[in-house]
Amino acid sequence: MAIRSLASRRTLAGLKETSSRLLGLRSIQTFTLPDLPYDYSALEPAISGEIMQIHHQKHHQAYVTNYNNALEQLDQAVNKGDASAVVKLQSAIKFNGGGHVNHSIFWKNLAPVKEGGGEPPKGALGGAIDTHFGSLKVLVKKMSAEGAALQGSGWVWLGLDKELKKLVVDTTANQDPLVTKGGSLVPLVGIDVWEHAYYLQYKNVRPEYLKNVWKVINWKYASEVYEKECK
Amino acid sequence: MAASAAVTANYVLKPPPYPLDALEPHMSKQTLEFHWGKHHRAYVDNLKKQVLGSELEGKPLEHIIQNTYNNGDLLPPFNNAAQAWNHEFFWESMKPGGGGKPSGELLALLERDFTSYEKFYDEFNAAAATQFGAGWAWLAYADNKLKVVKTPNAVNPLVLGSFPLLTIDVWEHAYYLDFQNRRPDYIKTFMNNLVSCEAVSSRLEAAKAASS
Repeated sequence: MAIRSLASRRTLAGLKETSSRLLGLRSIQTFTLPDLPYDYSALEPAISGEIMQIHHQKHHQAYVTNYNNALEQLDQAVNKGDASAVVKLQSAIKFNGGGHVNHSIFWKNLAPVKEGGGEPPKGALGGAIDTHFGSLKVLVKKMSAEGAALQGSGWVWLGLDKELKKLVVDTTANQDPLVTKGGSLVPLVGIDVWEHAYYLQYKNVRPEYLKNVWKVINWKYASEVYEKECK
Repeated sequence: MAASAAVTANYVLKPPPYPLDALEPHMSKQTLEFHWGKHHRAYVDNLKKQVLGSELEGKPLEHIIQNTYNNGDLLPPFNNAAQAWNHEFFWESMKPGGGGKPSGELLALLERDFTSYEKFYDEFNAAAATQFGAGWAWLAYADNKLKVVKTPNAVNPLVLGSFPLLTIDVWEHAYYLDFQNRRPDYIKTFMNNLVSCEAVSSRLEAAKAASS
């Protein structure tokens, strides 16, 4: 007991992991909120600093915290062989894990204008967009329309179907990651259309948010992902 | 099934039964202006456009809701119709100076079916807090019992065969201007300061009469 009070949290975590391994139990990896690669206000006027701060520090953080809790409970349930508990935890894992996955992609999908936000994609992805949709303008119109029409909460995506080797536009409900729509789908650009993503600034006018968000979309990142998946 | 006589709504945007600033400081005038003036209005206007020229045109709102629910495989008019109904029901679930523990028959049934008002309070709060994404939490009456129900997006207890008695809107637009991400604070404020026990009690009477 004295050792516990002297040990730091990291040491305790290390001890826990070691003892877990000695007992043959898996230790779970937990997750942390990723830092944004830009200031909260850097995406203005397209997305306000107020929204960025709450979206990152409150919403995304809550997904991370709840995901970690669900994973710890899952670990215990698995170790106990409690099948019902394992199944019962699946929705919390999907909601919160999905929320963490999706938002981690989203922050990379955005960039300040002075760092290339809004600059059209060049190279392989630019070409593929022209081939599959006719032009970037047509793609943007399609994604904005589907994002505006989504009822409730969810995301609109540009994805790459690795198997069929083509670009797709799709939506997911709530925090479902794109992969829930097809195992071979890789997300390239995701736009959050939950009301928390735009309400303080755009209120009920989601189409206006969708019109403006393209000014800060980071096509460089999407191109990197695309080129990596196409190798 | 006429679950609530108060919500007939032949596609009319009925104003709340109080001025838009009357629920302050618990629900701001700004929220009412957007929530009723923009969101609710859009559901009504879009529903009118959507059913124009179809066999649903002119049918009562509840008829459209029941006929487009389609066992969960929702037909296009469901969202607008149900949301028009839900929002009118929501405004009438609140009143200035509302909230707190009810009395009379309503309290007696809450104590019978939840053991205590406090247990009901906790269960309703939990349902509203854990409805993931957009949706609603309800007190409903079915099989001669009170129960707490949560529903996603536009779904409401009418399509689940129950009589709605009380609802809280937990779509983010309902609380974001006043509470941002703090949905639990919004729910507590609603329960402590906004619920119209009179409305819930009269809906309960209607539900019991319709069930007998």
